[in-house]
Amino acid sequence: MIRVVLPYHLRTLARVGEDEVELAVPEPVTIAAVLDALEARFPALRGTIRDHGTVKRRAFVRFFACKEDLSHEPPATTSLPEPIRRGEEPFIIVGAIAGG
Amino acid sequence: MSSVRVLVGTKKGAFILTSDGRRERWEVSEPFFAGWEMYHLKGSPVNPNRIYASQTSGWFGQQIQRSDDGGKTWEAVGNEFKYDGDPGTHQWYDGTQHPWEFKRVWHLEPSLTDPDLVYAGVEDAACFRSTDGGKSWQELPNLRAAKGHLWQPGAGGMGLHTIIIDPSNPNRIYGAISAAGVFRTDDAGESWKPINRGLKVAWELPDPDADVGHCVHRIAIHPSRPNVLFMQKHWDVMRSDDGGEMWYDIGGNLPTDFGFPIDVHAHEPETIYVVPIKSDSEHFPPEGKLRVYRSRTGGNEWEPLTNGLPQENCYVNVLRDAMAVDSLDACGIYFGTTGGQVYCSPDAGDTWKPIVRDLPPVYSVEVQTLR
Repeated sequence: MIRVVLPYHLRTLARVGEDEVELAVPEPVTIAAVLDALEARFPALRGTIRDHGTVKRRAFVRFFACKEDLSHEPPATTSLPEPIRRGEEPFIIVGAIAGG
Repeated sequence: MSSVRVLVGTKKGAFILTSDGRRERWEVSEPFFAGWEMYHLKGSPVNPNRIYASQTSGWFGQQIQRSDDGGKTWEAVGNEFKYDGDPGTHQWYDGTQHPWEFKRVWHLEPSLTDPDLVYAGVEDAACFRSTDGGKSWQELPNLRAAKGHLWQPGAGGMGLHTIIIDPSNPNRIYGAISAAGVFRTDDAGESWKPINRGLKVAWELPDPDADVGHCVHRIAIHPSRPNVLFMQKHWDVMRSDDGGEMWYDIGGNLPTDFGFPIDVHAHEPETIYVVPIKSDSEHFPPEGKLRVYRSRTGGNEWEPLTNGLPQENCYVNVLRDAMAVDSLDACGIYFGTTGGQVYCSPDAGDTWKPIVRDLPPVYSVEVQTLR
């Protein structure tokens, strides 16, 4: 199972009580595959992390895995590191520290 | 006994204020959608327990929330607002053309007859319609065909901020956009035309007779006389007696005719309310005195209403969607401020009290009269 950490506002929107959710993600486990699985399980998150039409990451959302910032990597082809795929480390979605 | 439910959208969440018909003692809810910008909440006139809410965030985009139990519980419904076809371009601040980009929903207008039918006014300005209770949204694209390439954003963005459905003819809908003007459809949104004749301010537009480009802040009607429209423009308070075909100035003796909201008494179609603001450079009341102005003559002759409102050191603003009226026998008037106060007058403006003083900046106020 893939562990995903959601920011506070997305947890409340998805009505998730815990910091993390666990998702079954088919191989290859890319950023896009994780987001697809996340949105399939929590439809209220569609459009909140990436744009509906372009599926581009929203400007103030960031992706981290094993202390690496993957926000600017191509989501469809960027495979997540082995510790993420084994469930040892979470894939972290962050609302950027910006604004007030 | 009758009661009222006030739906308040703020910069950091939504609040529901409730009272019985006396409107003396109020209950203030905990924040709903805490931390999110709540642009607007509005209930269905035919099913008051059905409430739609626009929830938005610079981080996580747009959500539409729907309640079917009067705001106790909420469900996220459809949030995909896709412009019809090639979205095209509109005028940008520097005069170049700029692609249309969806940003947020400013205003939700439920149908007067069908609780599943609701219109959304969005930024960049367009009108969307849902016929399934907000689950899916389709644009009414011919609004933007009304010279949309010449529209350009105001300082607050380019949003369709006002949608009014004619209660005598559901095919007639008015929409107002900053800074484009007022538009009308007579065929339920299939076609639209600008209705801005008479909106003349020479220093706002190179061509004061231009069809579009007018900075309309708000329009309002009384249900019994839907051809009479009242407008608070960037500058000027205006009126039309023919469904917007021609406008004329009714600012009269107002201390300033700049402002944002305008509304009409529930039972007196010639009694209207505005909140004069000093200027477009200084968005607060003149002299630090928060005064609602009332005209009982359909304009031109205005009286200040001050009883219970701060008359010194007050430097708040009242935004365009932040005034509403109830329909109890003694009409109640409500408005919210950027300082977080929501005021109520249970006697048509003669006296005022704050319902709550310390909310986040208020974006919108709507009132439901429950019988």
